Amino acid sequence: MTAPARAAAPAASGPWRVDLAHPADFAAFRNTARKLTAAGVDPRDVVWQVAQEDDAPRGLFGTGRSVDALPEPTPETAPRAPRAFLSLAEAVVCHNAPERFALLHRLLARFAAEPKLLDIASDPDVAKARTMAKNVARCSHKMKAFVRFRETTDADGTARFVAWFEPEHHTLDRTAPFFTRRFPEMRWSILTPDRSAHWDGETLTMGPGASRDVAPDGDINEDLWRTYFGAIFNPARLKVKAMQSEMPKRYWKNMPEAELIAPLIKSAASRAEAMVAAPALGPARSTRIARERRSEADAVAALGDHFETLADLKRALGHCTRCPLHGPATQAVPGEGALDAPIMFVGEQPGDQEDIAGKPFVGPAGQLFDRALADAGIDRNRTFITNAVKHFKFEPRGKRRIHQKPSISEIHACEAWLTAERRFVRPRLTVALGASAARSLLGRTVTIGKMRGKPLDWADGTPGFLTVHPSFLLRLPDESARRAEYDKFVADLSRVREISVATGL
Amino acid sequence: MPPSTGRTRSLKEKLAILADAAKYDASCASSGTTKRNAKASGGIGSTEGSGICHAYAPDGRCISLLKLLLTNACIYDCAYCINRVSSRIEREAFTVEEVVDLTLSFYRRNYIEGLFLSSGIIRSADHTMEQLVRVARTLRLEHRFQGYIHLKTIPDASPELLAEAGRWADRLSINIELPTERSLTSFAPEKSSRIIKSSMAHLKTGIEAAKRTPREEKTGRAKPRRFAPAGQSTQMIVGADGASDLTILTTSRTLYTSYDLRRVYYSAFSPIPDASSALPPAPPPLAREHRLYQADWLTRFYGFELSDLEGATAGGMLDLEIDPKLAWALAHREAFPVDLNRAPREMLLRVPGLGVKAVDAIVRTRRYRRMRFEDLARLTPTARKAKPFIVLEGWQPARLLDDAALRQRFIKGPSQLDLFAAPPPPIAHTSTATLPLAATTVL
Repeated sequence: MTAPARAAAPAASGPWRVDLAHPADFAAFRNTARKLTAAGVDPRDVVWQVAQEDDAPRGLFGTGRSVDALPEPTPETAPRAPRAFLSLAEAVVCHNAPERFALLHRLLARFAAEPKLLDIASDPDVAKARTMAKNVARCSHKMKAFVRFRETTDADGTARFVAWFEPEHHTLDRTAPFFTRRFPEMRWSILTPDRSAHWDGETLTMGPGASRDVAPDGDINEDLWRTYFGAIFNPARLKVKAMQSEMPKRYWKNMPEAELIAPLIKSAASRAEAMVAAPALGPARSTRIARERRSEADAVAALGDHFETLADLKRALGHCTRCPLHGPATQAVPGEGALDAPIMFVGEQPGDQEDIAGKPFVGPAGQLFDRALADAGIDRNRTFITNAVKHFKFEPRGKRRIHQKPSISEIHACEAWLTAERRFVRPRLTVALGASAARSLLGRTVTIGKMRGKPLDWADGTPGFLTVHPSFLLRLPDESARRAEYDKFVADLSRVREISVATGL
Repeated sequence: MPPSTGRTRSLKEKLAILADAAKYDASCASSGTTKRNAKASGGIGSTEGSGICHAYAPDGRCISLLKLLLTNACIYDCAYCINRVSSRIEREAFTVEEVVDLTLSFYRRNYIEGLFLSSGIIRSADHTMEQLVRVARTLRLEHRFQGYIHLKTIPDASPELLAEAGRWADRLSINIELPTERSLTSFAPEKSSRIIKSSMAHLKTGIEAAKRTPREEKTGRAKPRRFAPAGQSTQMIVGADGASDLTILTTSRTLYTSYDLRRVYYSAFSPIPDASSALPPAPPPLAREHRLYQADWLTRFYGFELSDLEGATAGGMLDLEIDPKLAWALAHREAFPVDLNRAPREMLLRVPGLGVKAVDAIVRTRRYRRMRFEDLARLTPTARKAKPFIVLEGWQPARLLDDAALRQRFIKGPSQLDLFAAPPPPIAHTSTATLPLAATTVL
């Protein structure tokens, strides 16, 4: 490691010479590159040299024209660069390739004519710089991952955690702050061949490189850590390549757990074979539990459509598999409300939010319905609200669940539950919201437009009434149509209130 | 839980047993939680967005969190699980303090990002959940631990315990275990998919309630109490039952959209010591798990719907030899070649070999120059894979795309792809000098 001979007399011609104090000296690079670009120096005429970098052309130390002679750029002459270039350059400077400085200088010089250059990912210079930045980011990430501290004691008796690490690139300067955020109350040092970082609980100090032998050679916890590493490995799924691509061998020598890798791989096949060959056991309790399960299901089935209490009905509903909708849905959503309600509202099926909450009419349509009920002078607490179909039917699309109309057979499969609920509540008036509810109560398909707003009789002869489903209002794209339809809906609900009053409620 | 040998085991022996018992849960993520660090808050630890894998085991799985079972004693008898009551393994239990100390000792030495704690079911769901919550509470309150905590959630536990778990944990998870309700009933009779799903719904409600919309942040709505900021995930065992890949993907699609899961982990069923006779003796190929993840990614990030993938399967099973996107492309050659200089982004995402990042780079770059194959090769290392499916300046796949043996060429390995190689044309770049000035900064 030769120190640059800075005393040599600056040459008047020939290539320009830049001496950098350490391999990731971004501040010095930035200042110099500004001056060089402002002065219009051709990037090919510059030799960048790093004090500690072995592969720098030593013969040139101290020779060539010194950039000190160049003037400071003025606001007019200072080179301009896209904002993204700064963070890119900060990363690239940490790369171990000697040509990194020339590459960045060249990019900076090109921005004058090609201001959008960084957007052209296929440009060879841009592609190269991006690849180098990616390598540096990865290296920095691996440092965060693979540094292993060992506990020692400082002269004053305080614990200090010391790690020896050999990064591929010069990433300690940009990675050390991460460790100050993570371990602020510990004293620690990270030593690498060309830089070192020290934290005393308050200040981060960067220093020169160190050698491995100053780092401690063990830690009391490493035995436990190796035990963990060995135990968490599953010998039945050996994927050595996958391991190595994420944890390259170059890091192994400084990781205490790595000594287990070879023996674990070696014994994996025989351990896995032994597991497969071992005699299998029958599940001890499964058969009994399965029998119990079946008997519970049988008991529920035995209840048929006749339930002692509404709680019985809900329990049985929870086990319903009468149609395929129970598979994707979260839960069956039972009706809710006053058991002596004079009015029962029947919607179509639970929606996305009802499926999650397990309660009917809590989503956007439910909120609109609440508002309309209030505007019509109906107290929701004095009603019973349920659905014709108890499970949410949907189709996943993108990140959402899109409501699907229940089929006639699904409505039919669910009829018994609605009938049972109506038997408990015995409402004087049952109001169908929308076509699916009407289909269930009437046993045939109807056109809402023709039949809404007038009293009618359901298939079982009980008094009924039909109006739209509140979600219909939500789907109207036009604001004025929505307002008109809302008024019509409230008028229907007001009629419902009048009928219920007229029938002596 | 008294050890069967009658003597007390050392911490090291306990660790060996309870880490071994935990290794069948594939989840190890430590990403996606709030950004925080001890420098700002005191204590120890930080989470900065992306997760960190501190080591890799020879099974290819990352070691990010200290993954432990509080106890491997369990009253359940799930056929696929090493810890089921009928398995003759050694039983152990950690104390709360032992787990806390191990976590902190390992964390200080930078071995881990945090803790992933699960447990066998002992006594009752609430009793078990209470123990898990105590570990997390001790770490957060007594040691001001800012690292990552993932708690396994016991589906039947009380809402109060779940609320507290969400307060201390970054992530909560409930395993769906198997792709169909029928398989769950036969392999894990004590578990109920009904209860699992409604617990997931309950967690989703808690997670959403703890988030503020941008508007609420602006209007200064008080910050709601913390609840699992890294969301919830689940795991499904692959290959233990007869479910097809399409069935598995349909189930995970439903779970993603229903409960906002961050991840569904697929875990290829693995032979365990003392296996149940209810299980198949041999594991499924590991490639199957990999293909499922790829297909899962296609539906979440590449605009594929399940109906698209269905066309790329044979009898509901994904092709093990080639990835599902390539399989889809080979089955839909009429959609190709795609002109990379013109096609919309959605179509670029369908091209084999092009990832989301490469696609975004292409969209940016082609605004300024017409791309040639060498340009693409500088953007992505898998340009050659895309070659038969794309058109570029100076490149047409011509008959290559109709080649009946195209699939075979991909299987034989990338060296065979050299057959596609055209003589490299000279690099020609259009000038960008006349483009308008971008937002620039003075360097």
